[in-house]
Amino acid sequence: MKVLLSILREMADLPNDPDAVALALNSLGLAVEEMDVVGVPIPGVVTARIVRMEKHPDAAKVTRCFVDAGDGEERHVWCGATNMQPGDIVPLATLGTTMPNGMEIARRGILGIDSEGMLCSEVELGLSDESAGLLILPTDSPLGVSPFEVLGIEHDVIFDLDLTRNRADCWGHLGVARDLAAHFGVPLRGPRIAAASSGSNKSLDVVIDAPEQCGSFTISYISGASVGPSPRWVASRLAHLGMRSINNVVDASNLVMLETNQPNHAYDADVVSSFRIRLANEGETLTTLDGQTRNLHAHDLLICNGANNVGVGLAGVMGDLHSEITDKTTTLAIESAWFSPDPIRYSAIRHGLRSEASIRFERGTDPNAWQQTAERFVTILRETCPDATLHAGATVVQTASCPVPVSVDVSVKRIEALLGVRIESDRIVSILNSIGFVTTIKGDVVTSIVPTWRPDCTQDVDLIEEVARHFGYDNIGKTVPNSTVHGRLSNMQARRRILRRVLVGLGLDEAMPSPFLAAGDLATVGLPEDNVLRIANPLVAEESILRTSLRPGILRSLKYNQSHRAPQIGLWEIGHVYPKSDQQLPDETEQLIIVVAGGDVETSLAQWNAICDALSVGTQLDQSRIPAGLHAGRSATLARGKKVVGVVGEIDPLVLDILGIEGRVSVLEVDLSVILNEEPKPVQAKDINRYPSSDLDLAFVVEDSIPASTLQRALRQAAGKQLVSINLFDVYRGKGVAEGFRSLAFRLRVQGVEATLTESELADLQKACVAAATKAGATLRA
Amino acid sequence: MTSASTPEHGQLAQALADGIVQIREATTSDQLRTVVSALTGKKGPIASIKSSLGKVADIEARKELGQLVNDALAALGVATDGRSRELRAAEFSSQIESERVDMTEVAMSANVERRLGRMHLVTQAMERLEDVFIGLGFQIAEGPEVETDFYNFEALNMPPSHPARSMWDTLFVESDVDGSVVLRTHTSPVQIRVMQDWPPPIYAVMPGRVFRKETPDATHMPVFHQIEGLVIDRGITFADLAGTIESFTKAFFGPGFTSRLRPSYFPFTEPSAEFDIRRHDGTWIELGGCGMVHPHVLRAGGLDPDEWSGFAFGFGIDRMAKERHGINDIRDMYSDDVRFTEQFS
Repeated sequence: MKVLLSILREMADLPNDPDAVALALNSLGLAVEEMDVVGVPIPGVVTARIVRMEKHPDAAKVTRCFVDAGDGEERHVWCGATNMQPGDIVPLATLGTTMPNGMEIARRGILGIDSEGMLCSEVELGLSDESAGLLILPTDSPLGVSPFEVLGIEHDVIFDLDLTRNRADCWGHLGVARDLAAHFGVPLRGPRIAAASSGSNKSLDVVIDAPEQCGSFTISYISGASVGPSPRWVASRLAHLGMRSINNVVDASNLVMLETNQPNHAYDADVVSSFRIRLANEGETLTTLDGQTRNLHAHDLLICNGANNVGVGLAGVMGDLHSEITDKTTTLAIESAWFSPDPIRYSAIRHGLRSEASIRFERGTDPNAWQQTAERFVTILRETCPDATLHAGATVVQTASCPVPVSVDVSVKRIEALLGVRIESDRIVSILNSIGFVTTIKGDVVTSIVPTWRPDCTQDVDLIEEVARHFGYDNIGKTVPNSTVHGRLSNMQARRRILRRVLVGLGLDEAMPSPFLAAGDLATVGLPEDNVLRIANPLVAEESILRTSLRPGILRSLKYNQSHRAPQIGLWEIGHVYPKSDQQLPDETEQLIIVVAGGDVETSLAQWNAICDALSVGTQLDQSRIPAGLHAGRSATLARGKKVVGVVGEIDPLVLDILGIEGRVSVLEVDLSVILNEEPKPVQAKDINRYPSSDLDLAFVVEDSIPASTLQRALRQAAGKQLVSINLFDVYRGKGVAEGFRSLAFRLRVQGVEATLTESELADLQKACVAAATKAGATLRA
Repeated sequence: MTSASTPEHGQLAQALADGIVQIREATTSDQLRTVVSALTGKKGPIASIKSSLGKVADIEARKELGQLVNDALAALGVATDGRSRELRAAEFSSQIESERVDMTEVAMSANVERRLGRMHLVTQAMERLEDVFIGLGFQIAEGPEVETDFYNFEALNMPPSHPARSMWDTLFVESDVDGSVVLRTHTSPVQIRVMQDWPPPIYAVMPGRVFRKETPDATHMPVFHQIEGLVIDRGITFADLAGTIESFTKAFFGPGFTSRLRPSYFPFTEPSAEFDIRRHDGTWIELGGCGMVHPHVLRAGGLDPDEWSGFAFGFGIDRMAKERHGINDIRDMYSDDVRFTEQFS
């Protein structure tokens, strides 16, 4: 929302200091996004008449102009434009003038003939971004004066405000001026009103058939109008505020809206002399001012000509093209209404048509602004139509939905309790009064009648915010709460941090791919797609599925890096997956995935061992359950009994082939909702066993189908409490070992619990181990 | 006491003097060992004097001579240790010379073989923020990323069709009731979950991933990260909010930084504010939004606004990482491209 300093200063005696005003706006919560100084006169640029023009035989592209700047002296100027002719009055930048772009006008010659200045376009004067040639000024312009003065261009400052959703009132200059006037402690004048209504009573018929949607509909009657161009200052202000000048009537309507925040519409009162406000019929059409024919909806509110019940405007959004005022218009019916915000918002959304009017109505306008609006309208119109008269007896029809002033109580104590600073009651009252609230005090309680332009203020905290804003946030002070809570990470959060550090220690980089997948992404990596949730309004179709696995995303990242000459890469991600559940929300859990390009099953098992070690957790490797999408011979499920905690191994080579990833890829996936939430008990210390230990090295020939873990378990049990450690130190296949078998060599470190093991005890232990291994299907290797 | 000079005395002094010379003259450790065993062995000169001790009749004289023998052996020991260290030092120095490496060369190959991994810049920023807030007495709360309309909007003082909902471009998840499930547009729903689950007083920050229907560009991503703070206690004031923001500013950015609050609007807080951080050079960073928790929100969280009051604040984490590392395009941060990641050790 743009506001002009000139308009604000007409409404209140604000400082003529743009920076001070900008600072005040920011401190009031009316954030200034941009500040632009416009229409700055250029000293040295004056009006001049072109006396005569000559062509030089050797200069085809430029014309010699002889100009009179009113001082009787004829100056010669070379000019590259072609849109001028003798007699035209144009801006002349005299020698020594510094133009807005920094160029200095110096004596410059072409073909040995000097130019004594420059004739200017709108672009050169900083008035426009484009122009077709010289700026041709009105023929009756005096000579030797500033063209800015001739054109009525005001030196002005545009503030572009980033208004918050609650400040409906600030969509008009009046609301902004009111806040500023209160801030600077000056009275608020409001827009200049030249005349109260004076003409004879003139009322028109108004019928409201949609009382819930239309709370108030007023018509003010103006006679003595004639349609023509606007005064330059009106057009200039509208242009600064981002609106195009149309004619004096439409411009007055728009400017009044920008000033008072009251959208209004001028009908030709001879064409539309009565009004009916009703809901549209399904299938009814209306051609809006932008030339588009709109198919109306049964919830659209329609303003109709009372005479024939035909629509003349989509209420609160845009007028009807065929009901526009014309050159013949002399009487105006000015509509100022209050419409319910939500229906207007939905209408604007349905028709994809957010207009200046709908933006204001959907935020909430002031039902009592109509009179000021009509009076300001005629004040502006009189600049071009001196006979324009606003008639008394305006039509005002209001329904039950029309907002009425509400009363809100707030106690001085409550203000102090919430803000943490004592503000005396007289200060509170003066703040609230300065922005239009009508207050009374009874004991500790301030009762305020909320002005109807502040629909956002409905309860005590709203008023506390107003008090705080005008008291100044900077004046409230800074304290720190006296807390009894101790800051800490939860067990789960602390364990997640340990995990991250282990992953970094393993040389792996964290990835953060998009959690959105395309249809088919899960199937490509061998995972089911039947339990996915879809985004109802995705940005693009390729991002319409919520992931149920971290695998597709991280493999894409792996592939991306591989194709950019980073073949040896290890990535991890800790992130949420969102599989569908039978509840309203998905079965959202936190997962870990690690993939290593060029890694194999040993890589991922070593990673899992490191994680188990760091987090004091453990799982069984269940190779009987082959995880989907993994290498069927080189992967296993990480299990806790029947519960699946994760998967480990290598990515299915077929999947890698489809994705175009080269080499093996190791993978580890873990459900962190299980392992991070565990709280392992501290390990209790055992005394150091100081008896000498002995090593038993035992090699067995074992069929491939028997897992090494089976043999290890048998040995572990046989060695019993004397066992300190057991390690598989050699695996051998080949000569001397039958096909389908391999040799597994274990080193058992054993130690007596109460005394050094004797030779015979050691021999017995070895015998027991061999017997157990034999029972498990292994043969001691000779 | 007598210290009569017996023939044994002379022999001992001579043996000691000769021995010291021989030790000094040994040129290798092996030679030294041979010399020493000859001197101190069973057939050595000292041993023969020791064996003649029994012949000395006078007890005092025998004692004295015995002491002298021990002293001589100790002196030879000291000399041996000294010479041995000299000889071994010389011997190792040649080994050391033969094992010389170019440390810069080894450093290079050590780098190639193994480097530490990297945490994502957002994770790094998140942990740093968490640590600062833990230091300020906050705990850390988390919540689901797929949320119900109730937690994301309604409980935050935005009933259905509330116009302020348009402040967020929401991604909706298909569900039985259209629009009832969303990808959370902010971390604020965690506020409600914490109020419902944790008994007050509450001092919590809530970092996490959030979603908006926004086309990625240099400064926006549809998936990004926020951190939210919530304090609920008895007698919490707006001044406490301003002071907490100030404490955070100094703890996170440094002692030279200050903060200010500017009036703003959020449906879930009132009074509401934007907070800005002032850099050393006097320029301001617009950081985030904050305010006193709206009474409607307290009630939605199951708390009585007459008993409890509180404040909330929130800001983007991605921007903190972006600012810290001078990243021009936020999309690079989410590219998972190791050429980008590797820069940040």
